[in-house]
Amino acid sequence: MNWFRVRTIARTDLRQLAQARDFWGPMVILGSVFFVFVPLVLLLAITRVGDIQAVQQVSQALDLLPQEAQSAIRGTSDSARTSYALAVYLFAPVAVVVPLTIATAVGATTIVGERERGTGEFLAHSPAALEEIYVGKLIASLIPGYLTTVVGFGLYSLIVNLVVGPKVGGWFFPTSSWWVLMIWVVPPFLALTLAIVVRFSARVKSSAAAQQVAGLVSLPMIISAYSQSTGALFGATESGYIVGLLAWIAALFGLSRGMRSMTRARLLGVADEA
Amino acid sequence: MTTEPATAGPPASGQPDIAVHLDHVRRSFGDKPALVDLSIVAPAGTITVLLGPNGAGKTTAVRMITGALSPQSGTVRVHGLDPGVDGQAVRRRCGVVSAKPALYDRLSGRDNLAYSADLYGASRDGIVPAAERFGIAQALDQQVGGYSTGMKTRLALARSVLHDPDLLLYDEPTSGLDPESSFAVLDLIHEMAGEGRTIVMCTHLLLEAEGLADQVVVLEGGRDVISGPPAELTRRYWPDTVVRVATTDPTALMSLAGHEGVLGVELDGEGPALVRLDHLARVPDLVEALVATGARVTRVEPFTPTLEDLYFAVRGLRRHAEHAEGGE
Repeated sequence: MNWFRVRTIARTDLRQLAQARDFWGPMVILGSVFFVFVPLVLLLAITRVGDIQAVQQVSQALDLLPQEAQSAIRGTSDSARTSYALAVYLFAPVAVVVPLTIATAVGATTIVGERERGTGEFLAHSPAALEEIYVGKLIASLIPGYLTTVVGFGLYSLIVNLVVGPKVGGWFFPTSSWWVLMIWVVPPFLALTLAIVVRFSARVKSSAAAQQVAGLVSLPMIISAYSQSTGALFGATESGYIVGLLAWIAALFGLSRGMRSMTRARLLGVADEA
Repeated sequence: MTTEPATAGPPASGQPDIAVHLDHVRRSFGDKPALVDLSIVAPAGTITVLLGPNGAGKTTAVRMITGALSPQSGTVRVHGLDPGVDGQAVRRRCGVVSAKPALYDRLSGRDNLAYSADLYGASRDGIVPAAERFGIAQALDQQVGGYSTGMKTRLALARSVLHDPDLLLYDEPTSGLDPESSFAVLDLIHEMAGEGRTIVMCTHLLLEAEGLADQVVVLEGGRDVISGPPAELTRRYWPDTVVRVATTDPTALMSLAGHEGVLGVELDGEGPALVRLDHLARVPDLVEALVATGARVTRVEPFTPTLEDLYFAVRGLRRHAEHAEGGE
């Protein structure tokens, strides 16, 4: 594998994406809504309204959490405990939903888009190996989603610490479980989803079909990632490591399978049955 | 199947190097045959033009040469290498311009060329000289989406030579261009052939091939129908002296059939007939004989067959042969 060519392919795809304001505009809005707007409004509301009945009910509901999670919740008042729990546990899936949505949107059209624009012909005749093309495109699909997550995560951390921090005795976010989630759990889920989506992108006939398939694939992946990551956050940090490890194994398997689906005939858009 | 023996064949000692050799190549997509039995030999440093109607297999042939597609049977060799085995080495030696320019519209011309330079392992220093050569340097920093068709073709041509390939594969390079741009592009192709590069070009425009091709290969239905240098092929089809004769009474032309020195008469409806003679000196006798029948001779001129004449003659013969086979 020539990594210079892989980087070239990924960089060129990303450069094209950067030119497509009609694509990344909505994605920025999506990230802003999930990472900034919704948490800000919700946490501000809880911390400002004080211990009203609804907040007290949520606070009582926290008693249903695993003991380990309960003991980790900081704060003495109902509003402090509720806002802490929401900040740490409720928004965990956001870290999964946003990158998966963005990455699958990019990945879905990555191969079929080359074919539709006719540029697949250029790649098919180029000396780039199929594995280099596949990995380059995978990286180009992964980066926008993960970058949005990292930036969004940074903003989210800031909001949480500024809004909830003073109520619970100082800055507390990200917790160790969140670090595991962001660094260890989210990337393999992204890679696995993309491996499947890019594979379909090589097989389907149009971008529209690719988007449909990506929707079908990413939905169960989001649900799975949602439950796994939430479970990991509620449980011990160790369970996050296990979930991440399993996801990495599945991702590596998916990637090797996906790589085999790449053929030059598919880049050209001709049926490749012998 | 080849209806005429191809002039080029597997290389023998003393013959020029063979850049491209497709030998009885077959390829189908599902149950649809694309190449049925295609053989092409392109000597190094020459221009080989693949002629044929849409769907004849020209583009598939180009894809076979780079190894983008592999044959189901038969062999492909490019400078002695098998693209199926040494694909990367073969593709590095090829510069391709496909029927669609295959450029990235959202990127600038410079970025498109840089992408190609990086993928082929060529220096980016060649970007500006290549663009200047094809008259596109002034638009290098514009987004390709805003280019005209002619500019896109020029950029695609510049991209094809950026890594200094010795084999250029051009699939309908003048498609969609105005006559002036087409002429300029063909001129550039000619110039590149002069540098010793091998060029394999697909077209269905016969005028384009005329004067450009060192060798033509006429394709039909995935087969090579005929191949060789144009002048030799026309000599093969019209070995005798041919004159074009028009009269007010076309039926009078048939009376020439038995005339001394007349080897054959081909009537084409009400139009002028092609009369094959053993020598051009027979023309005055011919005119005299026609006048004697009472017909008025309106035109007599030597017939110099063009590639177009050859193409239609070959296709006409094939149809005739197929019809005869079907009737048996």
